[in-house]
Amino acid sequence: MIELKNISFKIFDEKEQKDKYILKNMSVKFPENKITVITGQNGSGKSTLIKLIMGILSPTTGDIFFNGQNITKTTVSERANLGLTLAFQQPVRFKGLTVGQLLNLANKSKNNLSDSCEYLSRVGLCAKEYINREFDDTLSGGEAKRIELAMALAKQGKVFLFDEPEAGIDLWSFDGLVEIFKSLKNKTVIVVSHQKKLIESADYVFVLNDEGSVFGKRKDMEKFLNNPVCLKMGGRT
Amino acid sequence: MGKLNKIDKDLLEKIADLHKIPAGSFNIRKNGEAIERASNKDIQIVPKQDKSGIDIIVAPNVKNKSVHIPVIVTVGGFSDLVYNDFYIGENAEVLIVAGCGVHNNTSEKSGHDGIHSFHLEKGCKVKYIEKHLGIGEGEKVLNPTTYIQMEDESIFEMETIQLGGVSYSKRDTKAVLKGNAKLVVNEKILTDQKQVAKTNFKIVLKGEKSSVEVKSRSVAKDKSRQEFVSNIIGKNECFGHVECDGIMLGQARIDSVPKISAQHNMATLVHEAAIGKIAGDQLLKLQTLGLTEEEAQEEIIKGFLK
Repeated sequence: MIELKNISFKIFDEKEQKDKYILKNMSVKFPENKITVITGQNGSGKSTLIKLIMGILSPTTGDIFFNGQNITKTTVSERANLGLTLAFQQPVRFKGLTVGQLLNLANKSKNNLSDSCEYLSRVGLCAKEYINREFDDTLSGGEAKRIELAMALAKQGKVFLFDEPEAGIDLWSFDGLVEIFKSLKNKTVIVVSHQKKLIESADYVFVLNDEGSVFGKRKDMEKFLNNPVCLKMGGRT
Repeated sequence: MGKLNKIDKDLLEKIADLHKIPAGSFNIRKNGEAIERASNKDIQIVPKQDKSGIDIIVAPNVKNKSVHIPVIVTVGGFSDLVYNDFYIGENAEVLIVAGCGVHNNTSEKSGHDGIHSFHLEKGCKVKYIEKHLGIGEGEKVLNPTTYIQMEDESIFEMETIQLGGVSYSKRDTKAVLKGNAKLVVNEKILTDQKQVAKTNFKIVLKGEKSSVEVKSRSVAKDKSRQEFVSNIIGKNECFGHVECDGIMLGQARIDSVPKISAQHNMATLVHEAAIGKIAGDQLLKLQTLGLTEEEAQEEIIKGFLK
């Protein structure tokens, strides 16, 4: 289980010339082996939250626990090896590294072609067209995004963090994405999303907004999610 | 390869992928002398009478043949200068593997200056691979010079690779292309410590619809220095593209000096250059896969120079 206790994260706002809190004294427990969708208006701190869990950012104050272990001071690599897996919102391109090589690095295997092919087909890509292609700027945004998801599947883990997985996937049905989340049985899945279909597939929903945050079972949140205030947050498109 | 010892064989394997006597024509040069040679009617190797070096004559219409001409220097205080001329007949298709390995553990400088001139007849196709390597503590200097004269519709694909161990290198490549001729150059250079590597390209696109594509990828570590200079001159309707990517680590320095000169209103010439340290998000991505920062760096460089 992932638990955040009294987490604050502040940055220096150059424009205003003062400190600005992105997250303030926030506590939340993400239930084990369930799908939680984090939603909320732009700038509410959703991606920051994911980066704090993965260790890409460090909280100004507060602690992060994984299965009871305080991981606040651990590095990104250490968290990855503990079983935290992240699919980036913006896939990173590499000149020289092929899709197959990256899948092997993720999977810590050498040339396990059949596994790599399976990960690519799970994200709706024809493996033989991609396996030897460089993961560089020649790939479209949608292709790169799917490969990013395939890398997360190849890496495996106990906790999967997906930062806006639907962004850029315009030709692929959301059903495919929902299927991926559902296939991660016995895993804790945390997804940042604005998409109605993805929210509907969640067991729990965590809504972030300026005034605070609301966490609950999805079915208990229906009323809240349909509320005009929530719609204004940018959700439910 | 009876005249070769373990160091020789190791160098030959690394620079020319030679594990045994190659099929077809070859010439192995060690410390200024040819020690093994094979010549046949398809690809003749003829020693020069007036100076050090050989003529490599590929007969017209020869297909799927290869020639290996590696050079090794295994003593200190020795500088080898060699002139090799390649004559590629009409419509011939050939693979040429050159390269030089220097093993020097002495306090005196060793080196090799290879001056290669290619004369490509109409419609021929050449793949040329040139690897350079230095081993040992002593100073190792390599100055390869390549001249390429390309007749109509000829194709020259050049891979030039220097992945460490060379104290100083200066690469000069000059080419003149006639109509529809196509030149492709892939250069990969890695330097570390206080090594210096300089590259200079001058390509003249003389003929109509001639084209050149130069891709240079370099990694400079520690206090090493690299310099990339290219000058593409378009004198006709032609296409030229130069791409120079460099990664710097430590206190290394890379200079890239692009020049493109369009001397015809139908010439299209492009130069792209990007130099910097490894992108932070690349390191981060690989760290999220469980690699340490050092492992991530190594994988990125390995991929970049592969």
